[in-house]
Amino acid sequence: MTRKRRRLMVVMIGGLLLATAAALVLTAFEDNIVFFHSPTDIATNRELSIDRRLRVGGLVKPESWQKAADGLTHNFAITDLNNEIRVAYRGIMPDLFREGQGVVVEGRMHSDGHFRADEVLAKHDENYMPPEVAEALRESGKWKGSTEK
Amino acid sequence: MIPEIGHYAIALALMLSAVQGIVPLIGAHRKDTVLMGVAGPAARGQFLFVTMAFVALTITFINSDFSVALVAQHSHTLKPMLYKVSGVWGNHEGSMLLWILIRALFGLLVAEFGRNLPAELRARVLGIQGLIGLGFLAFLLFTSNPFLRLDPAPIQGEGLNPLLQDPGLAFHPPFLYLGYVGFSMAFSFAIAALIEGRVDPAWARWVRPWTLAAWIALTIGIALGSWWAYYELGWGGWWFWDPVENASFLPWLVGTALLHSSLVVERRNTLKSWTLLLAIIAFGMSLLGTFLVRSGVLTSVHTFATDPERGVFILALLVIVIGGGLARSAVRAPVLKTGGLFAPISREGALVLNNLLLATATAVVLLGTLYPLMLDAVDGGKVSVGAPFFNATFVPLMTPLLIACPVGAMMAWKRGDLTGVFGRLKLAALMAALIAAGSLWLDGETDVIAAIALGVAAWLIVGATVDLAERCSLFRISLAQSIRRAINLQRSAWGSAIAHASLGIMVAGITASSAWQTEHIQVMKPGDTVDLASYKVTFKGAGEVRGPNYTALRGTFELTGGDEKITDLLPEKRSYPAERSTTTEAAIYTTPMADVYIVLGDSDGKGGWATRIYHNPLVPWIWAGAIFMSVGGLVSLTDRRLRVGAPKRATAKSPSVA
Repeated sequence: MTRKRRRLMVVMIGGLLLATAAALVLTAFEDNIVFFHSPTDIATNRELSIDRRLRVGGLVKPESWQKAADGLTHNFAITDLNNEIRVAYRGIMPDLFREGQGVVVEGRMHSDGHFRADEVLAKHDENYMPPEVAEALRESGKWKGSTEK
Repeated sequence: MIPEIGHYAIALALMLSAVQGIVPLIGAHRKDTVLMGVAGPAARGQFLFVTMAFVALTITFINSDFSVALVAQHSHTLKPMLYKVSGVWGNHEGSMLLWILIRALFGLLVAEFGRNLPAELRARVLGIQGLIGLGFLAFLLFTSNPFLRLDPAPIQGEGLNPLLQDPGLAFHPPFLYLGYVGFSMAFSFAIAALIEGRVDPAWARWVRPWTLAAWIALTIGIALGSWWAYYELGWGGWWFWDPVENASFLPWLVGTALLHSSLVVERRNTLKSWTLLLAIIAFGMSLLGTFLVRSGVLTSVHTFATDPERGVFILALLVIVIGGGLARSAVRAPVLKTGGLFAPISREGALVLNNLLLATATAVVLLGTLYPLMLDAVDGGKVSVGAPFFNATFVPLMTPLLIACPVGAMMAWKRGDLTGVFGRLKLAALMAALIAAGSLWLDGETDVIAAIALGVAAWLIVGATVDLAERCSLFRISLAQSIRRAINLQRSAWGSAIAHASLGIMVAGITASSAWQTEHIQVMKPGDTVDLASYKVTFKGAGEVRGPNYTALRGTFELTGGDEKITDLLPEKRSYPAERSTTTEAAIYTTPMADVYIVLGDSDGKGGWATRIYHNPLVPWIWAGAIFMSVGGLVSLTDRRLRVGAPKRATAKSPSVA
């Protein structure tokens, strides 16, 4: 084989790999990207299908947190101070989950209008506001705290 | 007084780094030995002053001097001594100082032990190190000064985030930084080579120990971080494809590619521009990691206080380093003499395949990590890219790499014999098939992918063993002769076989813990029992206990196997009054085959407690794999041919060592 043909071969294998990777990435993006929504987005229903995973963030509405009789299912509401959404989560709450503080949950909408979360992300700092949540609150025009991220 | 000394030492180090970054480069250009000679003393002086600053900061932390803002924000008199010291780098400013200290140490090592390097190359390497130091010292002094005073001084500090008060995390950042900074050495050598327009096998041998040391440290650092996340965050998982985890994984991937490609430069004197490019990118990824963590553009458990100004500064450094490096290599790379050609079926061909796959995988992980930022920048909405994405892309790209690994490692340089290699790997193939079939049978023929992955793990482990056995001609000559051969075998051959086998151990751990993890979430009253694999877990009750700077709710669980009690497991929920924060301490019972992992949740108010219990098969294999992998790296590092400064250029007056 000449030098040129060998180089061509390496380039072709590389190209093939990149094409495979691109195909993998595109299909994975199609199925596995999780969009973030505020309660208002969901209330105004931008065609949110129930079979797609999403993230919802906002403040945990004060006095909305209840534990069901099984001792494991938590019900609470997430609000951006304009709209709110009811969330159900079965499991152990993160240590820093508090009413009145920022939270992000991941899961799916249920047909009854509730959100079934399978992950609750509360940040490991009580003064911390997830940037997505801060933005959602700012958009709802109700943000009062300092906005530096 | 001590903080002021530290502050002044940083300023002095900054001045020295400017000297080190300018004078030797001019000297090398003019071939002026006096100017080039400045590099050594400047590097030594810089190390001295940075050490002074670091010691000053450490003393300030140990003495709990709350008149220094950093100490007041991150320490507390009640904190145990270990965490007072690790608190020095448990924050942004201090961790940057640690970064700079390690960089100064590496500069010192080149100055002291790099005497065999050609004078010009050494001056250039130290000069570029000086410029990197200049950038970081300026960053420290102007945006993140650790010695700022607070007036009036508070009586008590705010404490360290309790999650960081942990031995695993105390040593996680230093190892990561050793890795990141190690790649700055590879970068400096690459830029020096580009200035000289010369890359040859001797160059590859000079760079290799630095890359290898960086890679070992990074392997340990990432493993420590992952171990910490496993037992401290209480989610039963050990890798979340969190942006900050990815930020440390990206330089590791590029560094791994660099280790393999520099072998080709060393042995076959080819693939040079690609290797230079990898050296530049490896350091670029390290800076990108620093940028992502420091700037707070990404949300993660790991990010420290965020400050846009700092982010911009590091971003500027990143642009200068990568942009400058790439521009330099675009201009100069064509000047480099290309080496001989090579056949696709050969060791070097296999190493090229390794590099192509690792580079593609790096690109995919980078894309997944930065995609939310890119989309947000164009107002495309807020998204998160999590584990499912990476599993769907990274795993398929890594699988061919793992399968090709034993084959490539046994292939001869220049002209490989594929049939011969497969013939010798028959045993490994047989073992892989047996393990895969056995796993399918045990699993009830459901999880085909996990069975294949376990087969691949066996293929890697047995393949590496066969490789070593072949090299010692085991069972073909007398045992004594084989042992003699094993002892005389190149250390790097041992190293790579150990590292590849460890990869197999790790793959087995990752596969089993992802495929066969069992999770039980329930409310337990005292006396309740949960069946878990071959164990029984009985809840005995929960009560309050006191620690040095926290109070905790501690649950008592009795673990029994068969009918015998094995141990009590005591998970805790700790609450730290100084930091007004709570943490979960999982209780873990480890055996070589599996972990039992218990987390205590809230009380239901009726005498029951929410509990989460996991059975994680083979999880310890992941950490064992990481440890053995770094041992493999260390063994390879002791290879006689790689001693710092040992290699000489073929044209040097003294006879070639190669």
